[in-house]
Amino acid sequence: MNSSQLLSVVTFGYAVAATLYLAAWIFQKPFPANLAKWAAILTVLGNLAGFFLRWVESYQLGIGHAPMSNMYESLVFFALTIGVIYLYIEQRYQNFFVGAFATPIAFLAMAYASMSPNINDRIQPLLPALKSNWLIAHVLTCFFGYAAFAIAFGVSIMFLLKLKARNDGDGILAFLPKQRILDDLTHRMVLFGFLFLSVGIITGAVWANSAWGSYWSWDPKETWSLITWFVYATLLHARLIRGWYGKKIAYLSILGFMAVLFTYFGVNYLPGLHSYGAS
Amino acid sequence: MADKNPIWKFFISVKLTVVLLLSLAATSIIGTLIPQNANPEAYLHTYGAFLYRLFDLFNIFDMYHSWWFQLLLLLLTCNIVACSVERLSSTWKLIFPQKISFKRSIFEKIKQNEQFTDPRTPDELEPAFTAVIRKAFGVLHVEKTETGLTIFAEKWRWTRLGVYVVHSSILFMIAGAMIGSLFGYSGHVNIPEGERVDHVQLSNSNRVEQFGFEIHNNDFDISFYPNGTPKEFRSKLTIRENNQDVLSQDIIVNDPLRYKGISIFMSHYGEIAPERPPEPAFSADDIQLSFMVSASGMIYKRKAEIGKPLDIPEGMGKFILMEFRESAVFMGQNIGQALVGILTPPGGQPVEITLPIHFPKFDRMRRGNVVISVIHEHKHEHPKQKPEDIQYYSGLQIVKDPGVWVVYTGFIFMIVGILITFFMSHQQVYIDISKKGKKSQIRVIGKANKNQLGMDRITKNIARTLAQTSEAD
Repeated sequence: MNSSQLLSVVTFGYAVAATLYLAAWIFQKPFPANLAKWAAILTVLGNLAGFFLRWVESYQLGIGHAPMSNMYESLVFFALTIGVIYLYIEQRYQNFFVGAFATPIAFLAMAYASMSPNINDRIQPLLPALKSNWLIAHVLTCFFGYAAFAIAFGVSIMFLLKLKARNDGDGILAFLPKQRILDDLTHRMVLFGFLFLSVGIITGAVWANSAWGSYWSWDPKETWSLITWFVYATLLHARLIRGWYGKKIAYLSILGFMAVLFTYFGVNYLPGLHSYGAS
Repeated sequence: MADKNPIWKFFISVKLTVVLLLSLAATSIIGTLIPQNANPEAYLHTYGAFLYRLFDLFNIFDMYHSWWFQLLLLLLTCNIVACSVERLSSTWKLIFPQKISFKRSIFEKIKQNEQFTDPRTPDELEPAFTAVIRKAFGVLHVEKTETGLTIFAEKWRWTRLGVYVVHSSILFMIAGAMIGSLFGYSGHVNIPEGERVDHVQLSNSNRVEQFGFEIHNNDFDISFYPNGTPKEFRSKLTIRENNQDVLSQDIIVNDPLRYKGISIFMSHYGEIAPERPPEPAFSADDIQLSFMVSASGMIYKRKAEIGKPLDIPEGMGKFILMEFRESAVFMGQNIGQALVGILTPPGGQPVEITLPIHFPKFDRMRRGNVVISVIHEHKHEHPKQKPEDIQYYSGLQIVKDPGVWVVYTGFIFMIVGILITFFMSHQQVYIDISKKGKKSQIRVIGKANKNQLGMDRITKNIARTLAQTSEAD
């Protein structure tokens, strides 16, 4: 089995895990929750194996490089980081509800990677500009940041649903974790994401300086990562100094993730230097 | 402190921070949608005369260096400095007190606590508990009470400074960027194989900088992957100073040569055009234009003169040639010799149109109602070149930026500062032991300046460890 086939199975695995988490939530039974957990663990392991297999395959082709060089590879890695962070959260908080919001995002990333006609899943040789030790550090940190923000986004949606449940009475929304826990989790994910986004931008700047002689050139991707950074910096100041809590923070976290999505996908439609991740 | 200067009050407000951060985020979007520092003609072509003038007025075409964007950054800097000074002056004594003191009342206010009983007396418990707490916390203080004793302990008080480390990192970055723009430069040179340069024409200005040494391009090599995509660009360079070779090094993308504060980057490459028979000279005195009207598909040929208006057939408006350019630039690309004119459609706004002499289909891109081109005949066929005859030049980016290390210091401060600010906290614990019959009643209360939920977990763990000391004995 080659990495592309394995990763197709992984896509399916995320779909199964997402369905099971939703079932566990709707029916409030421990059995599907347990099953979902094992499906998620197996899928993330498969995702990790697919990632490394692709790395090995690139060496077999004689063009060895870390599989982080184009849109397909970045989406696979994005799903992997979401999976890893989510499993950590489930373990840490002993709560599976976040799974119903995190695994679908991982599934969407993988499905988009496998099915979009604009995305090429062939292993391609590395362009001269990408041949650098900074590639791994830069992509790794950026994507841990993106994944943390994606989960913060999922949890913020949960928070808003929970708020609605409190106003409307019960239903399945009432089973969601307490507002205080959701709000705290959003905040934690944003802190984590902010650290990694900052390191991601910084490693990118150091890399740009060693490749082009300029650590900052206001290229659209750079600028959008900075816009994202500004949005989350606003969130953190509003919370830590002005004591914002709950709904306002949830909205800012959603706005921040929109900026993340634009930095990741939208920028490819704008002209600029950062064209590697586009196809 | 009640009657503060209103300017100071303005700068210490967090509202200002939020407004500035969001304004910077919102305005930064503009420069990602409108390509920056492109050619004026390209802008005029895309946006038309009115929008062009409006955008130009607000420096939208180089917005990240515009006065208003720099003003936002300056305001943010002032905001950071003012907030830091204000808060640091009030928390300095808290962070570095003469003697660390503990206030019982502050801990007693906290409802969340861990309780358990122990068969030993408070005096027996003291050495066992202090041993455990000393391991986990740095500062320890024991106070006798009427019913027993209280142990206070704390650590990481200094982490309250973390936020100032983050904020100073931004000041470092801004300072580094200013040093770079004041004392540094950046420019581009193309050096043919076997040739040398000792100066560079700067980008964004007419200044020329001398290096104080020469850069020789000994050789340029390009290698390809089997599928034909480029694998590596390599220039073999030698630095020559006072007529002596001082350094020879190959540079590739991502691996520049650095010498005396100047960095030389492999940027791009090109082929040097061989000697060709000269093109038939284009004469601006004898211009033939062709007008193709899209609606009818008819092509009309007209003689034209610079400065003399022409009526376009089928009532498609007026056209006037403005000038001839030896090397015109469109969207950053050199398109060679071109005529520039202004087209006024009936009842419409005048637009500037570039007509490259050697690309007759160029004007089709405009998707106008009429396509204009210059009629010009090529007399010579270019002879095919043999690959081994190709001579290359190396396109090198030459940069001097003495501010880089200041910016990098800022980078390190930012990462370390964020780690301290978000993931460490000033933690205090309060353990009250009071006699209850023959046993002791113990209460453990934990307090942190951040992440109280995390501190509650730590407190629980401490209580559990303390309770286990009795089993160990």
